[in-house]
Amino acid sequence: MPFINYAQREITCKIVYYGPGLGGKTTNLQWIHQKTNPDAKGKLVSLATESERTLFFDLLPLNLGTIRGFKVRFQLYTVPGQIFYEASRKLIVKGADGVCFVADSQAARYDANLESLKDLRSHLRAHSIDFPSIPYALQLNKRDLPTAMPKDQLIAALRLKNEPVIEAVAVQGIGVFETLKVIVKQTLAQLRTGAAV
Amino acid sequence: MSGSDLILLEEEHVRLSELAETLLTQANASFVGLIDRNGQPLGWCGELPDVDRTALASLAAGNVAATEGLAEMIGEPSFAAMYHEGESEHLHMSTLGRIAILVVAFNERSSLGLVRLRVRQLAPDFEEVFDVMESRSRNPGGSGALGLPEITDEDIDSLFGDSF
Repeated sequence: MPFINYAQREITCKIVYYGPGLGGKTTNLQWIHQKTNPDAKGKLVSLATESERTLFFDLLPLNLGTIRGFKVRFQLYTVPGQIFYEASRKLIVKGADGVCFVADSQAARYDANLESLKDLRSHLRAHSIDFPSIPYALQLNKRDLPTAMPKDQLIAALRLKNEPVIEAVAVQGIGVFETLKVIVKQTLAQLRTGAAV
Repeated sequence: MSGSDLILLEEEHVRLSELAETLLTQANASFVGLIDRNGQPLGWCGELPDVDRTALASLAAGNVAATEGLAEMIGEPSFAAMYHEGESEHLHMSTLGRIAILVVAFNERSSLGLVRLRVRQLAPDFEEVFDVMESRSRNPGGSGALGLPEITDEDIDSLFGDSF
């Protein structure tokens, strides 16, 4: 549900980075935070455990500029990927205007990707968010690892609705901004159509 | 989503600001914040500490959502209000209708009892505005019906020029 403030002339949208634990969701946000102009970003908020695993969520507010007199703001959230934080993930998905699924390309994480996708769709359904119409992108992360599965196999298993697929190595920034651009464009395009997701 | 865009119009912004200022004065509060349940800041007044308001709003919304999750687990429909006691500053949070959260910060100049009383007295006035916003978000027709300017592909592309 994008928030449109006519008094302040602002549009704010919420994007959620979803995916299995240790897949690189927080790394995506950290890279965006590092490489974005100071004027265009807010503070990166991370609620993490002592071992730097996401406990509740990470949040990065971005000011992307102005469209037709309206300031465009995006709030990027990650969910905690570990299985036992399911309740937290459900809370964070609420009100999402777009979702990036960050898949871990390693063969050993194949089942975790599938489980996380199932989990995502279940939470979207719980919040009456229609998966076929929500802006959505699939990022295949960790493409540099020798244990990464072939791209085609991952796409066959994880691509659910002909969404854009971006190959990434988030720790090096590869594919990070491409993913962000893809999801921002889809989200604003959805807003343009005035279609309720 | 179960509804369309959440839209705050100028006159609603003015009304909410008036109500927030009234609450601030009557409760002797440090600041008053209005937040949507998804974590978007809707408005502030008072002596705001030097903090990131977006972060504060998202943490408050997360806090409320988590607390409601706890309520559900013990068979309560919700907890109407929450109170966080600090050494000098305290936070009172309550839900307003189905879409908003009211955050009131106060210190030794006020008391929990006074804040709760004033929040309870003004809540129906806040809820009246939020009910209109919620009703609008449920109506089909999209943001275009309210005059959101036409956004072109070029507009969207232009956003990625300078920030990254």
